[in-house]
Amino acid sequence: MAYSEKVLDHYEKPRNVGNLDKDDQSVGTGMVGAPACGDVMRLQIKVGDNGVIEDAKFKTYGCGSAIASSSLLTEWVKGKTLEEASAIKNTEIAEELALPPVKIHCSVLAESAVKSAIEDYNKKQKV
Amino acid sequence: MDNYFTIFGLSQSFDIDTKKLAEYYRNLQRTVHPDKFVNAPERERRLAMQKAVQINEAFQTLKNPLKRGLYMLQLHGMDINDSSVMDAEFLMLQMELHEQLNSIKQQSNPVDSLNSFLNQVQHEQHQLNILLSEQFSKKSYQLAYENIQKLQFFTKLYEEALKLEENLL
Repeated sequence: MAYSEKVLDHYEKPRNVGNLDKDDQSVGTGMVGAPACGDVMRLQIKVGDNGVIEDAKFKTYGCGSAIASSSLLTEWVKGKTLEEASAIKNTEIAEELALPPVKIHCSVLAESAVKSAIEDYNKKQKV
Repeated sequence: MDNYFTIFGLSQSFDIDTKKLAEYYRNLQRTVHPDKFVNAPERERRLAMQKAVQINEAFQTLKNPLKRGLYMLQLHGMDINDSSVMDAEFLMLQMELHEQLNSIKQQSNPVDSLNSFLNQVQHEQHQLNILLSEQFSKKSYQLAYENIQKLQFFTKLYEEALKLEENLL
């Protein structure tokens, strides 16, 4: 299947690959997996005192669309408040990357990863 | 309507004697073989052909534990694609295994490392199959659902490891 130029760009030059210290109080870690294709995605956010996401990293084992979706998302969430970041919809990702219908689930996975990272961060703040 | 188990006269179970299944399959295929229908009316020929396709699908599904499990869940209205996996501990392990697999190419003895990797994944698959056999027989479909999802991840990992093996050998 042909990937869109934007997917290829993220696939060949993924942004923000790596990891943040998951034990850091200001870091939220989200992990999700897609059973249908066996993709595994880890997305982490580092939140500043002002509640704004300062940094984001990801690591994805999966197809090009899954890598591109998480790569794009790390770019998008930086500089956003948690509220703004959790409002990002998978459809926006799919649209930006021109994902074909069979790859929409990759953008869904990325959206769940961010939500799960935010949830993890919020849980840490309550302790 | 026939399901894949009843086609072979089997009751629905995760535990299948694959040797017997192959035998039933061959016997059944013989009854619908095109050679037998050379002089039959077109409708009968077409039905026999349809039946042959169905028997083949049933066999391919039932002989493979993952496909068999997926099919059994499907018969109970469960589709593993409906939900993503959030079990952090399990996903962490998957991540580590992927990292391990990626590092094999750079190792001094990649073929040996890959072999032990394949063994490890096979071991995990085997353990899951034991659990699944128990859970299906107890009709614990929710637990089986989770383990089928896990088996799917290991199967993917195994396929990727085999691809690496092709490149190494």
